[in-house]
Amino acid sequence: MRTIRIGAGAGYSGDRIEPAVELAERGDIDYLVFECLAERTIALAQQAKMKNPAAGYDPLLAARMTAVLPICRAKRIKIVTNMGAANPEAAAEKTVEIARKLGLAGLKVAAVTGDDVVAAIRETPRRLEETGTSTTDLGNRLVSANAYVGAAPIVEALAKGADVVITGRAADPALFMAPLIREFGWAMDDWDRLGKGTVVGHLLECAGQVTGGYFADPGVKDVGGLGRLGFPIGEVSEDGTLVVTKVGGSGGQVTAQTVKEQLLYELHDPATYFQPDVIADFSQVEVAEIGPDRVRVTGGTGRARSDTLKVSVGYIDSYIGEGQISYAGPGAVARGRLALDIVRERLALMAVKTSELRFDLIGIDALHGAARSAGAGEPWEVRARIAGRTDTLAEAVRIGNEVETLYTNGPAGGGGAVKSAREIVAVQSVLLPRALVGASVQILEA
Amino acid sequence: MKLRELAHSRTGDKGNISNISVIAFDPANYERLRRSVTVERVKAHFVDIVKGEVVRYELPRIAALNFVMHDALGGGVTRSLALDAHGKSLSSALLDLDIPDDEPA
Repeated sequence: MRTIRIGAGAGYSGDRIEPAVELAERGDIDYLVFECLAERTIALAQQAKMKNPAAGYDPLLAARMTAVLPICRAKRIKIVTNMGAANPEAAAEKTVEIARKLGLAGLKVAAVTGDDVVAAIRETPRRLEETGTSTTDLGNRLVSANAYVGAAPIVEALAKGADVVITGRAADPALFMAPLIREFGWAMDDWDRLGKGTVVGHLLECAGQVTGGYFADPGVKDVGGLGRLGFPIGEVSEDGTLVVTKVGGSGGQVTAQTVKEQLLYELHDPATYFQPDVIADFSQVEVAEIGPDRVRVTGGTGRARSDTLKVSVGYIDSYIGEGQISYAGPGAVARGRLALDIVRERLALMAVKTSELRFDLIGIDALHGAARSAGAGEPWEVRARIAGRTDTLAEAVRIGNEVETLYTNGPAGGGGAVKSAREIVAVQSVLLPRALVGASVQILEA
Repeated sequence: MKLRELAHSRTGDKGNISNISVIAFDPANYERLRRSVTVERVKAHFVDIVKGEVVRYELPRIAALNFVMHDALGGGVTRSLALDAHGKSLSSALLDLDIPDDEPA
């Protein structure tokens, strides 16, 4: 049976680049997919685009394309990526510019647009799924609204001969499913195969997380070669059977365990995984180790897609001010607690306006609260951390200042103070009727 | 016995919801996990962290459970004040869960 080999060249925007080069050079792959767009990333990209109309795409796009384009051209590997973020057209133009510089005349680069639905959201009030409030309440704090588009426009771009397809917001699994639909001619209502294709995309989209990254636990789950972790290859058959593997000799490991962990990653009801193209069902998936670093995955399925598309709405939520300072040696915990108490008192005395405050002792209770660390023995060092939410940046700045002044006004031996204040762009979801989202494809040539 | 001896685990986040998988190292222990790692126990384990509902899904074919914990991430990863806003470290906390020895294997 014919198989297509898809490599995952990135699991997030800032991911390592050389594992993608390794995949292109030695992975014997047909497609290289870069998934680089977290929930909030596109809202931040939209802000960048508002400041500069030529910006708003992935900051590592140029570095990634420069690294892989010549190899992919030579080996006829097609690239699919959501590095377009808030500006797929500008990302495509930049890619064409890089291709020309590299002497890759004739390279076809497609931009998929239409996910930006901010106009539709501004026009008609919609319910925000998480809080149940209306989008109109966001007023001018609304930054972005992007629908998760499916595989169809990517398939269209590939059919038009694109060597590189650059999208904005698309469902992560769709980036991987589109090549399968294109190559195998899967029907867009073949829910069983689209369900299997979703399994492929879901397992590969976080790159190193299925090849031994986010997995190692020395003594219990040992993984070798994490410094040169290999990124995954999905070998997919026409019937949707998947074998997850990686480049021979690269670091990490592909085992039933790494695949199972990633299968359930960010999954809620395994039988009902909403995607733009299908409602996928992972509940009957089976995994089997069939060779070294080769795991076969079968049993995914799906049912008819829903009438709505999920829209990720980015908005300016608040500001967060933060400060940290460390204490060590005998009595470190007591001095850390004293530091927290002083800052608590200072924020009240100075009437810093906050809607939420948090006082942590890193090393004691910052991650899971105080109960779990009680009786674990006193650590050599602790780090006091104070974070608070405010309505303005100026107010947020005052929180870190009250931590920094502990240098000369606080407990003995406080060191390494840092402070920060930042605008918080948060994200909620809206469900939008499909008819209101129209994706389109433009092709540029180098 | 700690859960860590029987199972491995990974945390994922979506909005203010955290999901934690519990996967048997040995599929033969799946039934034991199903009996021991109940919604009630997981809820009690995270009583100071998870404010909302906890739902458990069963995946016998991969000998795994999936816990979906609502209102678990301080308002959600994009606005939380927490040091670990994603709650990535929650899986390690769950593996500290005590599994009663008296429950038959």
